[in-house]
Amino acid sequence: MKPVRSTLRVVMRAAVHLVVPALLMVAESHPAAALQDPGARSIIVASKPFGESFLLAEMFAQTLESNGFRVDRRMGLGATEIAFGALRSGAIDVYPEYTGTGLLAILKLPAISDPRETFRTVQREFKARYGIRWLPPLGFQNTYAIAVRRETAARYHLHTISDLAREAAHLTAGFTPDFTGRADGLPGLAKAYGLAPRGVRSLLQAVKYQALAGGSVDVIDGYSTDGQLARYNLVVLEDDKHFFPPYQAAALVGSRLQRSAPAAIEALSSLSGIIDEETMRRLNQRVEVNSEPVAAVARSGLEELGVLVTQSSHIVASRDSTGSFARFMWDSRSLVLSLTLRHLVLVSVSLLAAILLAVPLGLLLERSRGSAESVIRSVGLMQTIPSIALLAFMLPLLGIGMVPALVALFLYSLYPILRNTYTGIRDAAPAAVSAATALGMTPGQVLFQVRLPLAAPVIMAGIRTAAVINVGTATLAAFIGAGGLGDPIVAGLALSDTRMILSGALPAALLALLVDLILGLVERGVTPGGI
Amino acid sequence: MPLALEAVQVSKRFLEVVALDGVSLAVATGECVALVGESGSGKSTLLRCFNRLVEPDGGTIRIGGRAAGQVEAVDLRRHTGYVPQDGGLLPHWRVGRNTALVPVLLGLADADIRANRSLEMVGLVAKDYAHRWPSELSGGQRQRVAIARALASDPPVVLLDEPFGALDAITRGDLQEAFLGLRARMTLTALLVTHDMQEAVRLADRIAVMRSGKIEQTASPAELIAKPATSYVKRLLVRAGIRSPDR
Repeated sequence: MKPVRSTLRVVMRAAVHLVVPALLMVAESHPAAALQDPGARSIIVASKPFGESFLLAEMFAQTLESNGFRVDRRMGLGATEIAFGALRSGAIDVYPEYTGTGLLAILKLPAISDPRETFRTVQREFKARYGIRWLPPLGFQNTYAIAVRRETAARYHLHTISDLAREAAHLTAGFTPDFTGRADGLPGLAKAYGLAPRGVRSLLQAVKYQALAGGSVDVIDGYSTDGQLARYNLVVLEDDKHFFPPYQAAALVGSRLQRSAPAAIEALSSLSGIIDEETMRRLNQRVEVNSEPVAAVARSGLEELGVLVTQSSHIVASRDSTGSFARFMWDSRSLVLSLTLRHLVLVSVSLLAAILLAVPLGLLLERSRGSAESVIRSVGLMQTIPSIALLAFMLPLLGIGMVPALVALFLYSLYPILRNTYTGIRDAAPAAVSAATALGMTPGQVLFQVRLPLAAPVIMAGIRTAAVINVGTATLAAFIGAGGLGDPIVAGLALSDTRMILSGALPAALLALLVDLILGLVERGVTPGGI
Repeated sequence: MPLALEAVQVSKRFLEVVALDGVSLAVATGECVALVGESGSGKSTLLRCFNRLVEPDGGTIRIGGRAAGQVEAVDLRRHTGYVPQDGGLLPHWRVGRNTALVPVLLGLADADIRANRSLEMVGLVAKDYAHRWPSELSGGQRQRVAIARALASDPPVVLLDEPFGALDAITRGDLQEAFLGLRARMTLTALLVTHDMQEAVRLADRIAVMRSGKIEQTASPAELIAKPATSYVKRLLVRAGIRSPDR
């Protein structure tokens, strides 16, 4: 019985060493959530994962802070579904949204060309359907901007989207998945203008400008206030048929904040109507092109607009874009370290839970082989659900943050562990298993003294696979505000900041190596001698 | 004294295949009986009925006079020595622990002493071998350990399923020698499955020749050679070079 006990001991020891610090860290990273009474909860300000949304959310946050409120920031939430879902479920309190998006993507109503009518409609419908309030618009519109390179415009004489439709057969489009799927995006545009590009590539927000500038695609869907339009000297084609609805930016406020802090609503309303398109484009450019820190740009923007009192001593620190990556990492070391720890918590807690379920389940299935394949296959099906979709499905149940991220990572870890446990146990040294049975070991003794120790390396291989995948998948937790190394990746993508992306991606890669190394040592510990 | 092993009109089918077709066999205490036959003749199936690895469809199996079905399978197996063809040693257990398996399962206090004594009986010096892993042994040494393991708790009966079948000729000869040495020193009741007629003639008191799930003839080696009951038995003897074709 010795190897069983020693195997168990190693597993237990590993469990204690992983879980206890993990739980401590979780507790530590959420002191506010754990200790504060609900009435005095911080206001949770969120954004969607692109530059302007980060900047507006930061402006909301600073405005609230200057009025004495405590603010918790959840920047870069997945996309419209996740940000709005989080607001609806009360997981966040406010985020910047656009009236056109509210009308078409959320309410699924037809476009209205008059901006004021659009605003009145979303304000009325959101209040009636969800109890969510649109504050009066901030003042500028940020509509879709169909953009091409300057030489493309010259070569094909493109000024309007109608011109583009005429020449579309020569051109390849790169559109964001969001745009390709929305009624106010490509499907509607194609119908309104008869637009049929030679090909449509799906491009992420973060790379589409580079793809256009580099010539991989000829047309993209930009935002009219994007700083990037100027940076790459692009031509925005006129929407001559007025297809795109008005997209006025405004603060979208959840029902809890409306009830609990009317003064916060008042503070946020002070931003209504004061940001024009020119101001917004300039601020975006400072963030996206000049690489100034979001917080500093938000601050100076608010000062410029007279919302915050100018501090004479205040210096706008530039995100020194010429410094080396090493320098950048050194300067952000404490942040990166805490994100890494947070990442490790996500990975280890979800992995441990998956081990605790999948290994016993694998043992059980070996005893009822008839149903084993169908059970394992259905667990495998879960693997095929795209992670963003899974997170979106779980939103109504689990909200945003740590819990849904842990659940998703747990679900994704199950399959490799279950598959390897079952196969390892089933195929373990058949000659030894049959001799052990023939000499009078009970089925339980055969399982725990023969099959399980002999399957240990195979089971560990499954756990290692799950762990490494898990480290990568956990970066997506940033989309639901769970933190971790995905945060700088999402923010870096939104702000076109390569060093910021790397400051998340490199530690994540190192973490994957480290986790695999540690589990390799555990594997050596649990692999019995003699094999 | 009751018979050590007894099969009466035993039959067994695996789906459409008839493995045993009304087989009867008796092994007396202290006797070594060899089951000889080609692959698929049913000899291993019959052997495995005696430790309930196979449950017969019909007929009766008795061990020491008791019907096999009345003995708990795990209990029966712990009191029946078993040596498979490939040794079946547990690769993650050292030789000593492998040998002590059955005494430990039986809760015998002197399990280690028994294991060491058993290793010495098959010609392995316990202090040199007990701490080795099975992977550090030769094929012949592994089979010796498998035999030592089968004997460590002094079971009344030992079942050997092609125990030397996978060994080279020289090693096989050595192991057969060791087996005969064991039989000379102790009362060993054994049922031995083999496809090798020469081995059967050398090791067994009686030989049962099986073909297609039936026993063609059961006789002592001398009688079998002198008076093969069927042309099939004769053919096996000729093929083994024990009888010349013209006799």
